[in-house]
Amino acid sequence: MRAGKAIGALALASALMLPGAWAQAEDTIKVGVLHSLSGTMAISETTLKDTVLMMVDDINKKGGLLGKKVEAVVVDPASNWPLFAEKARELIQKNGVAVVFGCWTSVSRKSVLPVFEELNSLLFYPVQYEGEESSNNVFYTGAAPNQQAIPAVEYLMSKDGGEVKRWVLEGTDYVYPRTTNKILEAFLKSKGVAAEDIMINYTPFGFADWQTEVATIKKFASAGKKTAVVSTINGDANVPFYKELANAGIKASDIPVVAFSVGEEELAGIDTKNLVGHLAAWNYFESVKNPVNDAFIKQWHGFIKSDKRVTNDPMEATYIGFKMWAQAVAQAGTTEVNAVRQAMYGQTVKAPSGFMAVMNTNHHLSKPVMIGEIQANGQFDIVWQTKGPIKADAWSPFLPEDKGKVADWSFPWVCGNCTEPKYKVLTD
Amino acid sequence: MVGLRRLLLATIAILAMAASARADDFHDLIDRLGAESFDAKVQAVDALGELGDGRAVPALKALSDGLLYRTADGHVVVVEPAGDTYRLFAPVDHGGLGEAKSGAVDKVRVNNRLRGSITGALSRLTMVSASRDDRLNAARDALKHLSADSAPALERALEGEKDPEVRQALTVALSAARLTTGTNEQRIAAISVLAQSTDSEVRSLLGRLANSGDLDPGVRKALEAARRGLEQRLMWIGFAENLFQGLSLGSVLLLAAIGLAITFGVMGVINMAHGEMLMLGAYTTFVVQEVFRAFLPPSWIDSYLIVSAPAAFLVTGAVGIVLERSVIRFLYKRPLETMLATWGVSLILQQAVRVVFGSPNKEVSNPSWMTGGFTWLGGATITWNRLVILGFCAVVMLCLAVLLRKTSFGLHMRAVTQNRDMAAVMGIPTARIDALTFGLGSGIAGIGGVALSQIGNVSPNLGTIYIVDSFLVVVFGGVGNLMGTLVGALSLGVVNKLLEPVAGAVLGKVAVLLAIILFIQKRPRGLFALKGRAAES
Repeated sequence: MRAGKAIGALALASALMLPGAWAQAEDTIKVGVLHSLSGTMAISETTLKDTVLMMVDDINKKGGLLGKKVEAVVVDPASNWPLFAEKARELIQKNGVAVVFGCWTSVSRKSVLPVFEELNSLLFYPVQYEGEESSNNVFYTGAAPNQQAIPAVEYLMSKDGGEVKRWVLEGTDYVYPRTTNKILEAFLKSKGVAAEDIMINYTPFGFADWQTEVATIKKFASAGKKTAVVSTINGDANVPFYKELANAGIKASDIPVVAFSVGEEELAGIDTKNLVGHLAAWNYFESVKNPVNDAFIKQWHGFIKSDKRVTNDPMEATYIGFKMWAQAVAQAGTTEVNAVRQAMYGQTVKAPSGFMAVMNTNHHLSKPVMIGEIQANGQFDIVWQTKGPIKADAWSPFLPEDKGKVADWSFPWVCGNCTEPKYKVLTD
Repeated sequence: MVGLRRLLLATIAILAMAASARADDFHDLIDRLGAESFDAKVQAVDALGELGDGRAVPALKALSDGLLYRTADGHVVVVEPAGDTYRLFAPVDHGGLGEAKSGAVDKVRVNNRLRGSITGALSRLTMVSASRDDRLNAARDALKHLSADSAPALERALEGEKDPEVRQALTVALSAARLTTGTNEQRIAAISVLAQSTDSEVRSLLGRLANSGDLDPGVRKALEAARRGLEQRLMWIGFAENLFQGLSLGSVLLLAAIGLAITFGVMGVINMAHGEMLMLGAYTTFVVQEVFRAFLPPSWIDSYLIVSAPAAFLVTGAVGIVLERSVIRFLYKRPLETMLATWGVSLILQQAVRVVFGSPNKEVSNPSWMTGGFTWLGGATITWNRLVILGFCAVVMLCLAVLLRKTSFGLHMRAVTQNRDMAAVMGIPTARIDALTFGLGSGIAGIGGVALSQIGNVSPNLGTIYIVDSFLVVVFGGVGNLMGTLVGALSLGVVNKLLEPVAGAVLGKVAVLLAIILFIQKRPRGLFALKGRAAES
């Protein structure tokens, strides 16, 4: 009896709720935001959550999308990699989002990947990463290694970069640094650098005591050849690393450090007076001067209600990703995943970097590469940049195991990791 | 007679012309510092260095500091930012040139290659400067920027030099210059001078020479001997440096763990919120720094740490007392519930800080007396912040020992923790002592947070980085024993640092953890186990 009553009540409640739920689904387009708001990665990912909210706010002010309002659904996967997968499933199945913007670390992306592929949904991933992946359900708007790591090393090898002959590859111990360093090592060797002139070293996440590492770098650098450090140190460990570097008196003109995970946001926690001249490689810096960037910075300051907050590369990548998705939805006239995906290819956005970003059929962007030097005010001064956008390689031409691998989701290839096209072109 | 006078006049005229030509040249070179390409800028800097005109020093320094700007008419100016506008100064005589909008002048870009040239040029120009420090820096920089004609300039500087330390630096630089350009005898003499030095730059120079192909056999023999001796000495210095690093890491661990040694070790509360007390201490440091920046004259900023330490003690101590009165006192003797409750508190504190200060890192800068480092034993780098923290740690330990052994509060505290009922019978207000003890532990954690803010992140999850290490130190050292915590922290630090160069940071940490697990199996009560009745309860 009791159970019957409960079921009855439930049925009644759902009958009452249903029209409301329907009305809501009709009125709005939902986008999921899957960024950690607590735990170790909150420091970087919270800003990206705010960026998506800013873009949603902006599109609604301009009249929404397909005549509907866009609604952001924010969840907190709490820097917990398995939780990312659960939250992704929740967003897609329970909230019925049309698209998800999210993830920072590669391990979180790897964790949600099967969910997006199983449910055929779309993820926009806005962070530079190690490449070696191209999923039909992910659009990668951050840099692949050939858009960040390789050009940075080439710059250091050039005359203006100091003609570096000896290399320290210093990284945090996880997949992104390990893969990037593997590619870099193969690249350096292909340029004739001897094995004894390359030192590779890893430290744990959140490493705080850099004395020995810095002393080792100093010793390695005193072998009579110009030495540079390529840093894939991630997150929290950077602040103590740079503090130790500055205090040990290592100047950028002696041993330059080029970093791939240090941007304006990370520098906000460091006193940069003694770090002037150390380098970072990105596809965007806040100090870029052009109207699109001025408007982007102004929009950010207005949304976050503070003139002190900085913009950075992953934020720009989120901006590009969101704009492209909105354009693709408008073009397709629907949020249906397969139609939007087809509309994504060749989509262009005038990016804050000052260049036209283009989405390629390998699900990666063409973007410019910039090398910036740290300034005393915590910003970067651009010392070198590519003449135009560079197309991302999903698979690195420098790794022997990647030989012949192609990522191309257009006919006749239609795959992210194969050596032969899926379809044969019929000729008569 | 007339002829002689005419000749004299002609000579003077020619000299004057030459001087004015040189002056034009000089100003021209200064303006060429604002050239578009880095190659042209490097040429201008090198030419200024060769010209040897000391008036170029301010312009070169401004260029290196990023304060040299280019005007629309192709001249360069030194700027001083004043809000939205810049005050402009002439690059040579520093005469005021009025103000300009920040968009009206262009910054002259500098890269590391140019910075290297500037250091080299400045070193040449300031080698005969009036200031001793300038000369010493110039002599040291000369070592890094040797060119084919460095040797004569260094010889001249050495002749006029009186100060022994500068003379020493000049001799090393001169020997280094002769290493590449001198005759074979000069080279051998130079090697024997350089063999005494342990400067990493010298090591690199000798390495470069050894790599450089055809050498006279006599020179090569001297070189190899010098390098062998150098490596041996460097090995010992490296060991000493490593030992210092170990002690320094130990002192950081100790500062992070002393607070826990009181709340967990002495009171037996499994305090998962201990890390957040460290974090609150670090944020208090940040707030004090901001207050100093905002309200006090800039010259006071260096003393903000002296205010931060007591402020952090009071803030975190107060939070600790509130925590004890409102949560923990209801949970004594229920370790599982305490653990869950304090863990909850730690999450609440983290999120509260995130709401108030935002999730990005906060910048806490070292005061100037804690930045940089010095060379010890002629090769080991000791940084000031590490040394100060080591000393600070000793002072905190000493104060705590005095408090526990020599004051009545310390006596009460020890009595309550050893036998609560008996202490109560003797008229000791146990509840108040509990609150104060917890407050003391938390306050000291706050002081530890002040030290941690000087070497690492100030972020909401600062505590989570140190909480595991803190428990490790307390358990390893022996629960309930401050001496054990001291020995435990220092030995963990030293072992960690000795393992790191051999096994790498990741494996080193794994090895230390394994060793502790095995150790706890053998001695469950840690290094210094409490004995007697207190240990039974």
